[in-house]
This record gives sequence, C-alpha cells and structure tokens, in this order.
Amino acid sequence: MRWGVVTFPGSNDDHDALYVVDHVLGEDAVSLWHKDRDLKGVDCVILPGGFSYGDYLRCGAMARFSPIMESVVEFAHAGGLVLGICNGFQVLCEAGLLPGALIRNRGLQFVCTRVHVRLEETETPFTCRCTRGEILTIPIKHGEGCYIADAVTLDRLENNHQVVLRYVDTSGRATAEANPNGSLNNIAGIVNEQRNVFGLMPHPEHATEKLLGGEDGLKLFQSLVAAHGEGAQRRVAALAPGH
Amino acid sequence: MAMPAHTAAITEVEAAEHGLTVLEYARICEVLRRAPNFTELGVLSVMWSEHCSYKSSRRLLKNLPTRGPRVLQGPGENAGVIDIGDGLAVAFKIESHNHPSFVEPYQGAATGVGGILRDVFTMGARPIANLNSLRFGSFDHPRTRFLVNGVVAGIGGYGNSIGVPTVGGEAYFDAGYNENILVNAFTLGVVRSDRIFRACAAGVGNPVMYVGSKTGRDGIHGASLLASAEFSGAAEEKRPTVQVGDPFTEKLLLEACLELMEQDAIVAIQDMGAAGLTSSSVEMAGRGGTGIIIDLDKVPLREINMTPYEILLSESQERMLIVARAGAEDVVRRVFAKWDLDASVIGHVTDDAMLRVMCRGTEVACLPIALLTDEAPAYERPAAPPADFEEQQELQLDRIPLPGDYNETLLTLLDSPNIASKRWVFRQYDFLVRSNTVVGPGSDAAVIRIKGTHKGVALSVDCNSRYCALDPYVGAMIAVVESARNVVCAGAEPLGITDCLNFGNPEKPAIMWQFAESVRGIRDACVALGVPVVSGNVSFYNETEGHAIPPTPTIAMVGLLEHVDRHMTQWFKAEGDSIVLLGRTREELGASEYLALAHGLVRGAPPWIDLDVEKQVQRVCLSAIAEGLVRSAHDVGEGGLAVALAECCICGPGPDLGAVIELEGAVRPDALLFGESQSRILVSLRRRNLGRLRELATAADVPFALLGEVRGRRLVISPLVDVGLEEIQRAWATALPRRMAV
Repeated sequence: MRWGVVTFPGSNDDHDALYVVDHVLGEDAVSLWHKDRDLKGVDCVILPGGFSYGDYLRCGAMARFSPIMESVVEFAHAGGLVLGICNGFQVLCEAGLLPGALIRNRGLQFVCTRVHVRLEETETPFTCRCTRGEILTIPIKHGEGCYIADAVTLDRLENNHQVVLRYVDTSGRATAEANPNGSLNNIAGIVNEQRNVFGLMPHPEHATEKLLGGEDGLKLFQSLVAAHGEGAQRRVAALAPGH
Repeated sequence: MAMPAHTAAITEVEAAEHGLTVLEYARICEVLRRAPNFTELGVLSVMWSEHCSYKSSRRLLKNLPTRGPRVLQGPGENAGVIDIGDGLAVAFKIESHNHPSFVEPYQGAATGVGGILRDVFTMGARPIANLNSLRFGSFDHPRTRFLVNGVVAGIGGYGNSIGVPTVGGEAYFDAGYNENILVNAFTLGVVRSDRIFRACAAGVGNPVMYVGSKTGRDGIHGASLLASAEFSGAAEEKRPTVQVGDPFTEKLLLEACLELMEQDAIVAIQDMGAAGLTSSSVEMAGRGGTGIIIDLDKVPLREINMTPYEILLSESQERMLIVARAGAEDVVRRVFAKWDLDASVIGHVTDDAMLRVMCRGTEVACLPIALLTDEAPAYERPAAPPADFEEQQELQLDRIPLPGDYNETLLTLLDSPNIASKRWVFRQYDFLVRSNTVVGPGSDAAVIRIKGTHKGVALSVDCNSRYCALDPYVGAMIAVVESARNVVCAGAEPLGITDCLNFGNPEKPAIMWQFAESVRGIRDACVALGVPVVSGNVSFYNETEGHAIPPTPTIAMVGLLEHVDRHMTQWFKAEGDSIVLLGRTREELGASEYLALAHGLVRGAPPWIDLDVEKQVQRVCLSAIAEGLVRSAHDVGEGGLAVALAECCICGPGPDLGAVIELEGAVRPDALLFGESQSRILVSLRRRNLGRLRELATAADVPFALLGEVRGRRLVISPLVDVGLEEIQRAWATALPRRMAV
C-alpha cells in the first residue's frame, strides 16, 4: 500500500506520520508537497498535524487553498482514503470534506496529554480491525480541538454512525470530565458519509510504539492496510476471468 | 582615516545614554583616533554591552573545563557539540530571556525559545528537544499569575508551533524573583558529526547573504538596554525593546537551513539574535580573522525610512546571516524561495579586518573588527562576600521544634509549588512531536531516543537557588551533581553541560563574589565528574530597584544511553518490590524547603557535598540500571526522603502504588524525613536482586539501606507518617492548578 503525507508550510507531524508508515508499518511512504498537484499514485493521503501556514487565521483556513488540496478533494470525491489528524482534521473541515468545525479548547489552553477514546464504529476502512466499544489510549496535543456543529448536522452524524471516536473516562463513559476540549457529544473523530474521509484530533501516529508509551494508535493504521488489501482483492476478483 | 560622512560626531552624554562609561568611550576615541559617529556608537554600544561582550565574566569563564574526548565544539560558537558515536553528535545550549519575559511574558518567553532554537540549527543540527528553567516570584505577588500564564503560553506557543517537543524543565517560585523572573530556554539537536556548521567567516570575496524574515524596528537595543542594565519599575516603557516572535517563519527558516546544509553552499552561518545584523556579521568576521562589508540598501526591510542605526541594531526575529561559497548564491536563493523566504546578498567577506557598512553609496560605519570582539573591555571586577554571609549560614538545630504532625508536614511540602506536580505547566507543551519522547516531563530526567540508532539522550535542568543564595560555591556544585544524578537515574552516563548563569549587577562586589563562587563550584563539580561545559550564557543585571535575584546558575545536563530501551523512570513499578536507599542521610536541614515552609526560615548551610561520594553513588546506580537490577530510581531532592518516597508512589502513568517503610537513623526525625542530604538515590527492585545491589554498593563503599517495600494504598513511614495515597495525590496534583485558578 502506498501512503502519501502532505507537507504544508508549518506541518509538524508530517515527519512522524512518514516514520510510522515507513518504519513501524513497513509500508511505502511518500511525501507530498503543498505546492504540487501530483498525489504520486498513493492509496491513502494523510493530512498531518501542525500549524499549516502558521494557522494565524482560522486553523486550516489557508491550507485548504493550497494546490495539493485541489487534488486531495478530487481524490476524496473519487473514494480515495483520506486521514486528517489534528491540523489535518481542521483542514478537512475547512475544505468541506467533513462537516462542522474545530474551535478553541473550552479551557482556552493548549493541551498535551494521553486521553481515552471509545471506538464507536468499525464499519469504516480506518477502524475495521478494531472492536466496537474498545477503549484506546492515544495522545492529544492541540489548542483548537473543540468540535462543534449545528444541531441538525450533529444529529445526522450520530444517526448515520459517523462519529467514530469519543472521549471517555477509563471505564468508557463519555463524561464532561473526560472531555479535554469541550467537543460537542465528546466527539474526537468523525468520518464523512461515504466513510472514506476520517478526521480526528487525537494523534494515532504518536501511539504506535511500546517504547514511546503505547501502541493503540497502530490499530487505525493496520485497519487501513487491511481495508486496502481487501479492496484490492475485490478489485482483482472483479477483473478475474469468468466475470 | 576619513571621518564617515552622513553622520555627526557624538558627545560623551550620548555615549553614556548608550551605556558606555567615560573610560570606555575614551578608549574608543583613542583607538579610532576620532569620535565615532552615531551609527558607530550604536554598533559599539551593543558589542561592548555586557550581554554581547561578557566583559564582567569572560576572565572567570576561562576557568571552566571545556574539553573532553567527545567534545567536538566547546563554548564560543552558537552551541556546543558532543559526539555520541554512530557518526552522530548532539548540539545544545541554554540561554536566558529574563528581562524581555518580565516586560512582556508571552513574547519574551516565545522569542527566548526561538533564539535558542536558531542557535542549535545554525550548527546544522535538527532540534529534537527543548527544556526550560523558569523562576517566578511568590504566588502572594499580584503579578505572578499573569507572568506564569504568559511565559508558559509563550513557550508553548513557539515550541508547539515549530514542532520541537518541550520534554522537561523546572518551575520554581520564590519571592526573590518577584520583580525579575527568569526564563532560561534550552534546545538540543542532532547533527552528523562530519556536517557541523560553524560561524567563522572565511574566503575573501565570498558573498554574505541575509535569509529569513524582513527587518523591522522591533527589539532595538534589546541586548544593551534591556539585558545589560538593572531594571526600574517602569517595565511598560521598555516594551518596544522586546521582539515579537513568528514561529511559523522560524519553522520555514529551520527547514530551509537544514535543506541548504545538505548542499555544499555554506561557508559559515550565524543566527541574528541579540544585536542582530551587527553581532552576527562582526562575530563571524572576528572568528574568521577577516573583515566584512555590508550594504544596508540590500537588507530586506518591512518598514520604510529605517536609518542605518535602526537596521544594524534591530533584533527582528527569524533571520540568519550566511557566508556562502562564491558561485553558490543561486543554490541558496532556490532553497529559500521554495520555503517562501527572502535571501539576498548584502555584502562580502574582505581582508581588511574592518566592519564597513554602506548605505545609499556612502560608508556610514567603519570600525575595526577586533575593537568590537577580542579587544572589547574585559573587567576583573571587585568581589567580596556579603556582610551577612556567615551569619546566614548559622543554624541552631536545637532551637527548631519538631513538627507535631508529620503527616501534615509531608502534605504541606507536597503542596509547595516548588515540589508539587508541574503538570499544569507541561500539559501546555507538545512533548511528543517528532516521535522520540521515551520519558517526557515528570520524571527526574527526560529521555529522547536517537532515531536510526539504539541510543538515547537523557536531559535534566537544575538549580536550587536557595542553596546558591546561602552558599554560591556549594549551591553551584550541587546544581551540577544533581543534574548529573538526574540523568543517571534515567540510566544515562553524563556527557556534558551547558550553563545559564543568572545574577544581579556585577558592578556590586557581593554579586561579583556570588558569580565567582558559582563558577568555581561548577568547575570543581565538572572536573570531579569528568563532565565538560560546552556552551552557556551569562545574564547579569537581574535586579529591580536595587534588589538582586538569588544567584541562579542553572545547569542543563545531557547524558547518553547506549541502549535506550534500558532507560529508567522514577516511579514504583510493582507491588512487593523492595525499596532501597543508596547514600547517607545526615542531620542537616539548612536551606531546605522544609525549613522555609514549616518554620519560615531561609538560612543555614546548604547540604554537605563530597564529590567523590557523589561519584560513587552515581556509579552504583548506573551499574544497577545497566545490569537490569532495579525497576525505579529517583534522586532524593527538595523535601527529602519522605517527599521522594511519595513521588515514587504517585507520579507514574499507571495506578498509584503505596509503600511501607521502616526508617531508623541517629538523626532527628525531621531531618531523616525532610532533610535534603545530597548523594542519595532511592531505588526499587525485585527482592531477588537485593544481594547483587548490596554487593555493588559495598564494593563502591556506598551506604545501602533496605527501607521497606512497595505495598498497599498508603505511604507508611513508621512510626512517623501514615497517609493515604489519595490525600498525597490531591496535595501534590492540585497545588499549582489551585493557585493558578485564583
């Protein structure tokens, strides 16, 4: 599977995402430059964490206008897999690939800490190797991760099972205390209706090695590899003689 | 020499306003054989400022040990560099940004981080870890919360945005910093040992290139007026001398510089930090023994009608000066254009050992490089201990009553902002980015892995300024050995230090004495441990309205782990493990947190320190970790053994673990529990490893005491202490957030 990680000016966790794909997963990783339009034939695009273009305007508001994003939007509309982590999630919302918006944390401070998130949906290529209701420990690190959307959108997200991750306490309850940033419905990550675009505030790429404190994030990457493999098998089967 | 046109000669009054003494000004006129013009006066005043010239400290700093088999670059460059094997080296330095942070906490702290990052990536190193040492006033002071909020947000705002993790540090609160806080920022980077870049201008005719942000009017005279003079109450008036940071541009500058360094284009490179374009060009020429000519019309400006004086002295951030290889100009331009940054040739290297500055076709300044560097003043200032030095050290233990309730005393200590959890601070810092953080903030030392190797580095920054105030020699020694002990507790061999020496006005003999004694202490400790000083920074004039801060020689220690997976942390790991104290507890309470908190006394001699004993204790601990004998190791520091035990119980990421301890000793119980005797390390281990650890300790003549074991949900130190972990956790965890929320 070929992965592309976009580098915007101000991206920080692009190195980390590339490292995980290349060194931890052992998959093929390429770097994608914001000024280019070529996605280099990747199967999955990662929009990484960081502060694209400094995020001096709204987070992600500038990045959505970069040349590479035109290709990413096209890729997503064609069913391509897009994973937006932290700033990447913000960019996806700004680009209209995901509904809602991410605003300043309720506590007004940047927060870096490990949080517990409950896995709500396994019917997505990003979580197909996980178990529904399982609790993952993954770090967050952001100042603007409070997920908001209007009531209608929120209902639709819940009814369509688009809420993939929710902040919870150790026993799995989505309480106010377990919510690190004030996100509505404790939302930590959502997919689009087609379920090929996933945005989340926690950083799965920072939870992939025991040495660094945990491997729970790896399950999301492994899900993508599995989903891609199954997809490829289906495509091969579709092309096989006799069909 | 012809008098440069375009400028009028100046007077002694103007010279004095620029911080130059009558004698200094006379010397300038004598060397130049004329009076300097106004632009030159500006250049001279910054280069001769304490901040740039180290005129009060240079002679003493020469006594520090700076060499070692692994040292690739000692002091005098942008950062020190130490070889870590595998073809790699680490570049690191600590630097102060005290006055700017007091005047404008967010920007002051942010640009402090930005400045130290540039110092490190200038060497060709990719920054992988930041630390900071912060000193604030008491929480009783009305400005403290504002300053804590601003400084922490500023450090986070810059470090988080540029994508370098802030993995550790210290925060200390003392009324002595009420009017003059300290913000010391440290960065460590990794560089290939054969690709280290230096700031030594060479090759006559080579182009001098300006890269990065445009130049504005911000920060003019930051180095001379803000950093090199005492403070008055009117901090507001000095806000224009504080620079404004832009971490986004610095991120681009960082990536562009590192990309350019992959190509053969750079002869020398230096950050434009304090005194901006002036110091970077002068210092590069000084190190190279060359001259330099620059044309201000070529400098990218962000404001109109800037005078030569302003352009030369601006401290606008996120700028670098590069001496490029002749013919490589386009390579430089291409890389910087990719990152949307300015790059322009503004001059070239000359052979006349002069700084020449052109503006609109005329020469506006012409000064000998040597006058601005090696021949800048160096003073041997008078030094004498303060009159009450000996009186302050007296402490009659028999006049100090024992606590009525030891549980209560322990909880009071855990609630001290100096001892309590600093989570409120470090959760505002991204300590994970770059995926190397093996141990983040909250243990004795941070541990960072070095990608592509099995290695790791351990980092710790330390200074107990109460010890230094009562005895600067002993206090500075302890700062060095404690920082070493901390990296040892992480399983690392101490490699080298960088020091940030924060003091009051060196023109006062008592301050100069504190400084001299501290340097002597650092030297003796470094020599004993075999640890070189590879970089550092001196910050004088930390005084407001005549009140100096406590002497604060902050030490940042870097240690090396050959196998990062064998790192150690301070918290207990498993029920049933034995708890052992390595080292001796003496009957001493002087300068302790306990004495200050429980008895309101800041006096007495700081703890006794024997460098040979210290070394042995550290060796035993390192061997025990290397042999896989122990499961936790924690330095016994402020608050003594009782606090150290409590921390081992509650500061881990997993569930809290209690301990049952039997303490005996010939010393009074409060000294036993809360005394801060040095050279002690608390370890926990499986019972079956006790014999081997005892052997190691005995062979090294290190006192070994089996204290008890990890057990239950309480900390029991019979017969004095018996407290539930929830109560301990509450005191320790809520101390800072509670004070910040008021």
